Amino acid sequence: MMVAAIDWHVIWSRIFHPNGPFAHALWATIYISIVAQIVGILLGLIAALARMSRFLPFRVLSGAYVLVFRGTPVLVQIFFFYFALGLPNVIHLGVFKLTAEVSAGILALSINEGAYMREIIRAGIDSIDKGQMEAAKSLGMRSGLAMRRIILPQAARVIIPPLGNEFNNMMKTTSLVYTIGVYELFADAEQGYSQTFHPEYFVAVAFWYLVLTTIWSFIQASIERRLATSERGDQLSFRERLVAAWAPVHSRYGSGLR
Amino acid sequence: MSSTGLVLGDVIMRATDVHKHFGKLHVLKGVSLEVRQRETVCIIGPSGSGKTTFIRCINHLEKIDSGRIEVNGHLIGYREQNGKLAEDSERNIARQRTQIGMVFQRFNLFPHKTALENVTEAPVQVLGVPKDKAAADAEMLLTRVGLGDKCGTYPGKLSGGQQQRVAIARALAMKPALMLFDEPTSALDPEVIGEVLAVMEELAHEGMTMIVVTHEMGFAREAADRVVMMDDGSIIEAGPPEHFFEAPEQERTKQFLSKIL
Repeated sequence: MMVAAIDWHVIWSRIFHPNGPFAHALWATIYISIVAQIVGILLGLIAALARMSRFLPFRVLSGAYVLVFRGTPVLVQIFFFYFALGLPNVIHLGVFKLTAEVSAGILALSINEGAYMREIIRAGIDSIDKGQMEAAKSLGMRSGLAMRRIILPQAARVIIPPLGNEFNNMMKTTSLVYTIGVYELFADAEQGYSQTFHPEYFVAVAFWYLVLTTIWSFIQASIERRLATSERGDQLSFRERLVAAWAPVHSRYGSGLR
Repeated sequence: MSSTGLVLGDVIMRATDVHKHFGKLHVLKGVSLEVRQRETVCIIGPSGSGKTTFIRCINHLEKIDSGRIEVNGHLIGYREQNGKLAEDSERNIARQRTQIGMVFQRFNLFPHKTALENVTEAPVQVLGVPKDKAAADAEMLLTRVGLGDKCGTYPGKLSGGQQQRVAIARALAMKPALMLFDEPTSALDPEVIGEVLAVMEELAHEGMTMIVVTHEMGFAREAADRVVMMDDGSIIEAGPPEHFFEAPEQERTKQFLSKIL
């Protein structure tokens, strides 16, 4: 067996002269990641709350959800949602058009992510002192209101760092939806390879994933740094601090926080 | 007339034969107590005697196994169904709690909210008081507990004594008929206990109805209309402070007082 010399030309052209289909593929990876992550957070939140419900079937359902979706391969889930659900060929959501492949992919990734997010959110809620809920209740708050106004805003600080890691994972995991025919970054590379048999396509696509995850790691680091600084206590409201944490580094809050 | 010179009113809190178990542990063994309007009752006793559990039952932070607790004539935490008691709905329990202020040993202020926001949170969210009205009231309450200049400060930047005073203001903001204090100075540094007790004494003299679980005998002597001694899940002795401290009747009370005074 012989390892062919690396064809740098393929790599350079994929990195510095991205073509139209590539731009589509990159965009698909980005929006599938973002949408699946957001839906995953919501599902995780619902499942976390269901787990704490007084109503036993909700707790059982929440447990079963995590058991099944954390305990089976996400690739299996993707195939199942695509081939078993029979989603409509095209779904129109305002200006967005989702093909059956994309909607099945997003659905599978979201539901899978929700199972992991449930554990993260649960841990965040559990980390809040039990006296906080008691204080809220002693003031006449019902548990839903206390959760929304008192517990979750505090839990958010604990939840955000692992949430950042989840999103990093999500961007890479989206490559699996190529298997059901979604044209995203990996599909683009795979197509290039199958036409030319140049494995350099995979080096180039790895580079692009690295760009995405690196950009995200900078954003994540900046968020975490700001959450850490605001922990020392300052005169900004908690909401302002969260906003500041998500804003670019040199925002109007920047100097005040350092 | 009470020892603070106030005329006592109707019964605000009535506990009748309250029993409570934690698993096999029988923590309340038939506790009965009546507290009248404007009265300040201090509950003392060794740790594990059930005094904290008892006042937590009064606003239903703990369930009870039998007996009944009424505040303002309303059964707390339960409703009667064919002669039996069933746990009440969350909505009703929450509504009843708006009448009962509670101050905790560990303050339990909301760390993500300023002192002012801690005080306005429940009036705005639970009672629907307009925000500016709630803020004006809160500022007045914080001034009353000596923290008028700390409205915009987060709890993390306040001393323990200051935090506990914010917690008192937070409870008062609901205009409760009854205030419960669960060892409010036990988690405080000695030098700041006085500022919290001073606020509580003032409240007592203004005629707030209060039940205070405490180890501060000076406070009990000064501010209480009645001192109640609990031991092993029961009330073993009760009386006005002068009588209680000078001539306790029960051997157990004498022992306890000799250790603590």
